[in-house]
Amino acid sequence: MSECHDCAGCAVIAEPPRSSKQAPPHVVAIIGPPNSGKSTLFNRLTGLRQKVANFPGVTVEQRVGRAKTKSPREVVLVDLPGVYSLSPRSEDEQVTRDVLSGQMAGVPKPDAVLLILDCTNLGRHLVLAAPILSLKLPTLVILNMADDLASRGGKVDPAELASELGAPVALISAAKGDGVEKVFQFMEGTSAGTTSLTPPKIELPVLQDIPRCRQWANQVGTGASYQAPAPPLWTRRLDAIFLHPVAGPLVFLVVVAGVFQTIFRGARPLMDGLQSLVQISGLWIERGLPPSIFRSLLVEGVWNGVGSVIVFLPQILLLFLFIGILEDSGYLARAALIADRTMAKFGLQGKSFIPLLSAYACAVPAIMATRTIESKRDRLATILIAPLMTCSARLPVYTLIIAAFIPEHPLFGKLFGTQAGALLGLYILGFVAAIATARILKSSILKSERTPFVLEMPPYRLPTLRSLGLRLYDRSKIFLHRAGTVILVVAIVLWVMLHLPLKDGKPPEIEKSFAGMVGHAVEPVIKPLGFNWKIGIGLISSLAAREVIVSTLGTIYGMQDSTEESEGLRQKLQSELTPGGAVALLIFFAFAMQCMSTIAVVRRETGGWKWPALQFAYMTLLAYVCALITNEVVRSGALSVIARL
Amino acid sequence: MQKRSPDTGSKMQLSVKNDPRSVPKGPFVPKTLAQLPQGESGVLDRLDVPEDIARRLMELGFLPGHTIVPARSGPGGEPRVYRVDGSEVALRRETAAHLMLRTPSKNAGKAKKP
Repeated sequence: MSECHDCAGCAVIAEPPRSSKQAPPHVVAIIGPPNSGKSTLFNRLTGLRQKVANFPGVTVEQRVGRAKTKSPREVVLVDLPGVYSLSPRSEDEQVTRDVLSGQMAGVPKPDAVLLILDCTNLGRHLVLAAPILSLKLPTLVILNMADDLASRGGKVDPAELASELGAPVALISAAKGDGVEKVFQFMEGTSAGTTSLTPPKIELPVLQDIPRCRQWANQVGTGASYQAPAPPLWTRRLDAIFLHPVAGPLVFLVVVAGVFQTIFRGARPLMDGLQSLVQISGLWIERGLPPSIFRSLLVEGVWNGVGSVIVFLPQILLLFLFIGILEDSGYLARAALIADRTMAKFGLQGKSFIPLLSAYACAVPAIMATRTIESKRDRLATILIAPLMTCSARLPVYTLIIAAFIPEHPLFGKLFGTQAGALLGLYILGFVAAIATARILKSSILKSERTPFVLEMPPYRLPTLRSLGLRLYDRSKIFLHRAGTVILVVAIVLWVMLHLPLKDGKPPEIEKSFAGMVGHAVEPVIKPLGFNWKIGIGLISSLAAREVIVSTLGTIYGMQDSTEESEGLRQKLQSELTPGGAVALLIFFAFAMQCMSTIAVVRRETGGWKWPALQFAYMTLLAYVCALITNEVVRSGALSVIARL
Repeated sequence: MQKRSPDTGSKMQLSVKNDPRSVPKGPFVPKTLAQLPQGESGVLDRLDVPEDIARRLMELGFLPGHTIVPARSGPGGEPRVYRVDGSEVALRRETAAHLMLRTPSKNAGKAKKP
């Protein structure tokens, strides 16, 4: 259905390709307003996994991938952050400008541009065409969401638009893949150097004058017999529920509670299955190999350590599935709207909500996503509080301890129990700590004027299986990569430290090993929190990454009583920790900044060690003090009163 | 009643105090976007905000001469979604209160009077 109406671009490659291998890669930039489908197209063209979301401001760094063209020359695609114009105000827009003008280190100046516009809102999106076309680079104007336009009764004539703009135009649907071949043809054409530029019919407007640009866009649209589509009926109907004064916030709460219940209960069978798989395969290896130091390293160190973390993969995937559905469907923007008033009370703006929400997945991309915040101080405040949000690395720790120590009782019928409630409570705790910290920061060292909250509400869209699948694939890769690197290394180092110094050629008791000595050395500090020296070893190793504590405890307890192989880590913990210590451990993990990657990314984004050092000190102190109080309160029996109720 | 912002002037407040149901004389003419009731349309006249914010808003379609319709909002009426230029954009009241609406021509105003 889509045609590539080009005046010059997608022609048949006329010249024979020049010496292909030596030629530098052909660089093509993808640019477009937020939420126009850049990332979806990027995925289509490259097959490279790239995060896509139905939410303005997801792409914060330029991403580079290789396009799957038939061109003999290598075609490199650069995905740029969404911008409405080329006047730089936020870091995002600066990145786009720098790449397009060839001033971005590490990214060569683009040879061609793919300008992607949402054709259901062409009048407004065409405004961006003016500054892009004035760059005089070979440009393909891509009208995305052609399927939406057609189904809502809108029309546009791509051939006329092409002659109006003096640039080839392709009508496509990036999500469905319709018309994408035209984009490939364009890139093959430009990489062979057969594209010439024609001046636009209507002279480009003065770029600084937005009303004039908008007028120009209207003229061009009229010339291309553009007919705007009917308003998205379904979006209005859904908003009548999701933004209803009473039902809206209720739905918000139900969605949040439902997500937590499913993460906790729904993943359980899969996790149990994986756990027995790890245990059974561990036993097989043990039986298959002769007793040796190598077998011990493999089974106790690697298998128990890494395996105990891998068990949490289904749960993390489930979390990302939900985040994916919320983002891609467009509900997230509504959630930001509902939450804005609360955010404003803490001196933050609604835009901070976006990075903070993604911090539920991981603080690292969240901190990078703060680049969309224009106010420097708001940005810094958001960076500083992001690691307090409950990231997915905390999930294994929380799940393990909650399952071991919190008895399951129905809270609201069978749908929502105490365990899911405890999990939700920890998520809320992280959120409260984050916004309270924001409040303190914003009323002291980071005081600034309030910047206005401006957020575009994208129409609701049905998330595609493809996009959700890519996310989960991507996430599994990252998770398994971590398990194969950081966690594996820590597991091996730990195993070595547990087996040295040798005593009469034999490994020592755990207590007398190097790891045990370290654990005993920190025990006086952590004893008031209700932790013993084994937890101490876990705390130290989890400085690398939070979930490492699970693998560490898996290794330590795996070594200890090898007689009871079937007994899970959960049961072993029950005999190791007091209830006070268990809850204190949860609180400690809610607040402590146990993550090397986060520290590294904060250092990079703030340009020095000052802020990450301050942040680490603050969070560790907060974690320690709160865990101490918790342990005391639980020990004094306050909780048993609640439990009786 | 609540949608009428305090901007409508201090004169009116006195009568409101005495009788909360008293209707101010003449039809209510919203002067800013924040005063425009949900579902009614207004035409933007000018943006009384700092230049960089004005640019951002204009890029999103808040251009003088464009018709804007307030739609649904977050809890308590804040922030509100505005239908403008083919899309929906949410703003807080503090921003909407600085977007000035074109007053309807005098004839139109008279026609509405009983």
